[in-house]
Amino acid sequence: MLAHEFMRNAYLAGTFVALACGLVGYFVVLRGQVFAGDALSHVAFTGALAAAAAGIDVRLGLFVATIAVALGLGGLGERARPDDVTIGSVFAWVLGLGVLFLSIFVNGSSGSGGTTAVRVLFGSILGLSGGEAWLAAAIALAAALALVAIARPLLFSSLDPEVARGIGLPVRALGLGFLAILAVVAAEATQAVGALLLLGLLAAPAGAARLLTARPWLGLGLSAAIAVGSTWLGLALSYEIPNLPAGTAVIGVAAASFALAALGRWRPPVRRVAA
Amino acid sequence: MSTEFAGLSWNPVSDLEQLTAYPFMVQALEAGTIVAAMAGAIGWFMVLRRQAFAGHTLSVIAFPGAAGATLAGIPVALGYYGACGLGALALSLVSRGERGRISTESAAIGTVQAFALGLGFLFVSVYGGQLIGLQSLLFGTFLGITASQVETLLWIALATLAALALVGRPLLFASVDAEVARASGVPTAVLSLSFLLLLALAVAATAQITGALLVFALLVTPAATAQRLTARPGPGLALSVGLALAVTWLGLSIAYFSPYPVGFWVTSVSFGLYVLVRLATRREAR
Repeated sequence: MLAHEFMRNAYLAGTFVALACGLVGYFVVLRGQVFAGDALSHVAFTGALAAAAAGIDVRLGLFVATIAVALGLGGLGERARPDDVTIGSVFAWVLGLGVLFLSIFVNGSSGSGGTTAVRVLFGSILGLSGGEAWLAAAIALAAALALVAIARPLLFSSLDPEVARGIGLPVRALGLGFLAILAVVAAEATQAVGALLLLGLLAAPAGAARLLTARPWLGLGLSAAIAVGSTWLGLALSYEIPNLPAGTAVIGVAAASFALAALGRWRPPVRRVAA
Repeated sequence: MSTEFAGLSWNPVSDLEQLTAYPFMVQALEAGTIVAAMAGAIGWFMVLRRQAFAGHTLSVIAFPGAAGATLAGIPVALGYYGACGLGALALSLVSRGERGRISTESAAIGTVQAFALGLGFLFVSVYGGQLIGLQSLLFGTFLGITASQVETLLWIALATLAALALVGRPLLFASVDAEVARASGVPTAVLSLSFLLLLALAVAATAQITGALLVFALLVTPAATAQRLTARPGPGLALSVGLALAVTWLGLSIAYFSPYPVGFWVTSVSFGLYVLVRLATRREAR
């Protein structure tokens, strides 16, 4: 399997993108910002299509759009934690913009437009070239390192914002910085698993880790490990099974690990005895 | 085209006549009206209950439903309703299993959503990549609606609104203060499952018109605007439905005279209104 260059590229990019997703995802889940991650993944779609319609590099559109919207959402919400109605309203409009760019792009480029849209929506990890894979790995690694650098104060301010502010931590700046890292990861992961599926890599490994342990550092590591493991297994599955798209396989394994973690923790509900 | 296309004039009467000259446009307006009334009402409760994320997840679940039905060769409408109904059950299962742990609950909803989309993509690629079909599943075919679809839609909307009217009062109580409602004997768990099922029904019906990704625009934005303007339930609901109707009509009319898609105009008009209202009510909120 690894004799093929496209599989080596997929494993290289996939490993680091999954690592970043697992780390960032843990905080996304901890801070209750899964919906923000969902919205940013759709912003990535619109950004990429806008760049494609304007004829510039898709990656530029991805990064500019996600970072701008992340900071905008952070500015709208309390303590850089926007509420879900605000996110929903912005998000609905961003989808509308995506439709606009899609129609401009598809009309302008007779035929190939649909393929690009599908690549953006569902990813194309098996179609990365060597250079693209190295770039993706480097950006994802940088985002992961940035997150690890602010992990300690971010964890504190996520768990107890009041006390964190009391001892002088810049809670608002940390929240914005976190959204910016999330935006970079979302833009990067869009190229690997696609705008519509990256939510699974953010939410599922982190959710499983939260179910398995309450200890934050162990959970963070576990989340990253599950994300990377899901990507490895998913890529192998999609190589072995024809017709199984890589994105679907990766998300399927991640979702299965979440389900297993939930089942492992499940206890029959204790019935209260009527007084 | 037999009828000439004159473009937008300054005469509103002739513009209106032009707008309704084609049957496809009349049907789009009818379907849009039904869908907007239903989405405005359900959306108001969805925003009140802070279930925008669950609503969005249900609306994307429509996509694998439609793709799966196409693959299996069964009627697509069945796929929409089946998938959204199953989605509502799954969501209610994950949120009940983890009561009190909001963060894990949202992780579970996100996982359900991503998995459903992954399945949808699998179905599409097994089917053999009808790319144009994929886009209409995701972004809708507002202008390709048949008269029988409008009729079905009307019945579904009437049923949904009737059911909503039936559970409206206890649902409102349970949404505003779940603890007190539970203590005074309101069956909150049953209500929350039935609300998710109603939401699923509305989403499945709407998604066939607007596409899986854009249902959400009609559900969330008019309701969010209405709740910024008034906290009172009666006027709020009416306002939400009114706004949804207005943005749908405006969006469809503008789209008719412009080269850009309906989805873009509907979302832009409603988002514009939301931003205006947000700016106008900013001072009072503080």
